[in-house]
Amino acid sequence: MRVFVEGVGLLGPGLCGWEAGRGVLAGRSPYVAAPAVLSASALLPPAERRRCVPTVRLAMAVGAEALGHAGHDPVGVATVFTSSSGDPDTLHNILETLASDDRELSPTRFHNSVHNAPAGYWSIATGCREPSTSLCRDDESFQAGLLEAVTQVVVDQRVVALIAYDLPYPEPLAAVRRIVAPLGIALVLTPERTERTVAELEIALSQGAVEPTRMADPELEGLRTGNPAGRGLPLLAALAGGIAASVEMDLSPRSRITVEVTPSCR
Amino acid sequence: MNSLGVGRDATLEALRAGRSGLKPCTFETVTLDTHVGEVADVDDAVIPERLANFDCRNNRLAHMALLSDSFVPAVECAVRKYGAHRIGLFLGTSTSGILSSEQAYRQRDPETGALPAWYDFAATHSTSSLADFVGRYLGLEGPAFVVSSACSTTAKVFGNAARMIQAGVCDAAVVGGADSLCLTTLYGFHSLELVSKRPCAPFDIDRDGVSLGEAAGFALLERAGPGDRRDDIRLLGVGESNDAYHMSTPHPEGLGARLAMEGALRAAGLGTKDIGYVNLHGTATPYGDASEDRAITELFGTDTPCSSTKGYTGHTLGAAGIVEAVISILSLQSGFMPGSAQTRTLDPALRSRYLLENESAAMDRVMTNSFGFGGTNCSLIFGWAA
Repeated sequence: MRVFVEGVGLLGPGLCGWEAGRGVLAGRSPYVAAPAVLSASALLPPAERRRCVPTVRLAMAVGAEALGHAGHDPVGVATVFTSSSGDPDTLHNILETLASDDRELSPTRFHNSVHNAPAGYWSIATGCREPSTSLCRDDESFQAGLLEAVTQVVVDQRVVALIAYDLPYPEPLAAVRRIVAPLGIALVLTPERTERTVAELEIALSQGAVEPTRMADPELEGLRTGNPAGRGLPLLAALAGGIAASVEMDLSPRSRITVEVTPSCR
Repeated sequence: MNSLGVGRDATLEALRAGRSGLKPCTFETVTLDTHVGEVADVDDAVIPERLANFDCRNNRLAHMALLSDSFVPAVECAVRKYGAHRIGLFLGTSTSGILSSEQAYRQRDPETGALPAWYDFAATHSTSSLADFVGRYLGLEGPAFVVSSACSTTAKVFGNAARMIQAGVCDAAVVGGADSLCLTTLYGFHSLELVSKRPCAPFDIDRDGVSLGEAAGFALLERAGPGDRRDDIRLLGVGESNDAYHMSTPHPEGLGARLAMEGALRAAGLGTKDIGYVNLHGTATPYGDASEDRAITELFGTDTPCSSTKGYTGHTLGAAGIVEAVISILSLQSGFMPGSAQTRTLDPALRSRYLLENESAAMDRVMTNSFGFGGTNCSLIFGWAA
C-alpha cells in the first residue's frame, strides 16, 4: 500500500515539535532530555480547555502541528487516534474513588475516561465531523494505528491524520504498566503526491518475527521501547534523515510491518 | 449473548415473547437504585486453563459468546480456507476488564499502596486484552486491534474489517466484542444523571434514562463472492461521523446521527425507501431519543418502522453495536420487527414510526444505529447477499 506524508507532529521529552525535533532524530544535533510541556489547545472552547486531560492535550498538540505543517484545515480530515490506554491519571482517580467509602464520581472525570476522549475533544475543537477511529493494541498501538490509517487512505482515497500518543501511569499502576514519559506522534497521510509531500511510504505486511529498526541514540531508544507511541520514532527518524530508508516494526510476535520511506526532493 | 440469554435463539425468543432481561441491580457491591441487564452465571464461567491469566468478567463474557452458535467451527473453517494469518481481528470494548482493577484497588497494600499479586494489568484491564484473548483462543494471526470509541465501537469494527478486506490486508475478519458490568460505568452514568431507576423505556413520554447491561457478540466477515448463497447476509454499508458538539450530550438536531446514516446509505448505494427497519440507538434518555428521532424523521420521514431494543438488553455500551447488528440480522432473517419493552405511551413530540408492539414483515435491508460519548456515530446496513 502506498501513501504520502504531508505533515508531521511530535511532542515528547526533549522533542518539542517536529521542526525542533527533526534534527535530533536525524542525529544532526544531540538529544537533550527535558520534560514535555502539555498545554490545552487554543482551538478548544474555554470550558473544554479547563476540562481536558493530559492525553487530550498531547494528542491535540501533535495533531494540530501535523495538520498545520501539511497546510490542511482539520475540518475535512478523517482521523485515527491510537494509544494503549485511556487517560492514565483519570483512570487512577476513578479507581481510587470507587475503592473509597464515597463512590460519587465527577461526571467530567467519567467522560474524560473513555478511550476516545481525545477524538471527541478534537472534533469539538476543529468542527470536524469526518469519520474517526480510536484504537489500541498494547505496545503495538502505533503500528496498528498506522495500518488502519494507511488502509483508510488507500480504500477511501482520502486524507487521514494518524495521531499516536501514550502517557505514564501514576502509582500504583506504574508498577504494573511502565511507560517512561509522555510521547505523541502525528502524521498526515494522503492518497496522492502533492507539492507538500514530504515522503512516499510503501507499506507491506509479512509473516515472521522481526528485529525492529532501532534508534541510534540510547536515550531515544529508551523512549522507543518505553512508550508505545515511541515505536514510531524510527519512522520519524527516517523522515527527518531525508534519505531513502527501510523501517521494520513488529505488528505482533509473528508478523511485521515494513515501511519503505522515499523522501521527496524539495 | 446478553441478559436475554446465550445464543441467537435466546435473544430472538425473548424479543418475540416480550421478555426483558432487565432486573433490579444486585451486581457486585453496587448500591445504586437501578435496573441492569446482567448476564447469568458469569461468576461460574471458566476460562480455558492455557489462557487463565486472561480471566476477568469481560473475557468470560467474550468466551461465553464464542462458544455459542457454532461460532468457533465457523472460524476454524475460515482458517482452513484462508490461513490464520489472513484473518483479521477487529474487536471493540469500552471498559475491558476494568472490574479487575476496581477490585484490585480495594486490596492495595495498606503500607505500600501496591496492587495485589493476583492482578494482571495487561491480560485484564488493558483495552487490548480482549483481542489478545480472543486471538489466542481462536488461533488467529492476522492484523488485530481493539477499537474503543465508547458506545459506537462494536458497530465501527465492521467498518475497520470491511476496509482491511477491501485493501487486501486480509481475506476475512472476526469482528464484535464485549463490554461487562463494572462500577466505573454504573457510577459514571449515575454521576451524569443519565440512569433510570426503572427498567428503561425508550421513546416513552415518561422515559428518564438508561438501564445499563452487558453483552458480547461476534461475527465472521468474508469477502463477497460468486459462491455466496442467497440467504447469506451481506454488510451493505457503513457510515461513520462525529457530532463535533459535546463530550456526553448528542447534537440537539441529530446532525452527527444523520451524517452516519447518510454515509451508510451512500456506501450501500441505497435510498431511505430501501430500508425496511431501523434498530435505533434509543437509550431512553430524554435528550438522546429526541435527537435521534429528529435525525430519523428528517432523513426517512415518518413511515419507516424503527425501534430500540435497549428496553430488553439494557444499554450494553461498547457491545451495543454488535448486539444490535445481530438483532437487526435476526429481524431480517425472520421477518420480525421487535417492539419496545416497557414503552407504553409514545412521546407525542417524537414523530418516527416507533414500534411499540412486534410486527411481521418481509424485509430486504435493515439499518442499525450506534452512537457514543465524544459524539462518535456509526450506522450499518445489512441485506441479503443476492
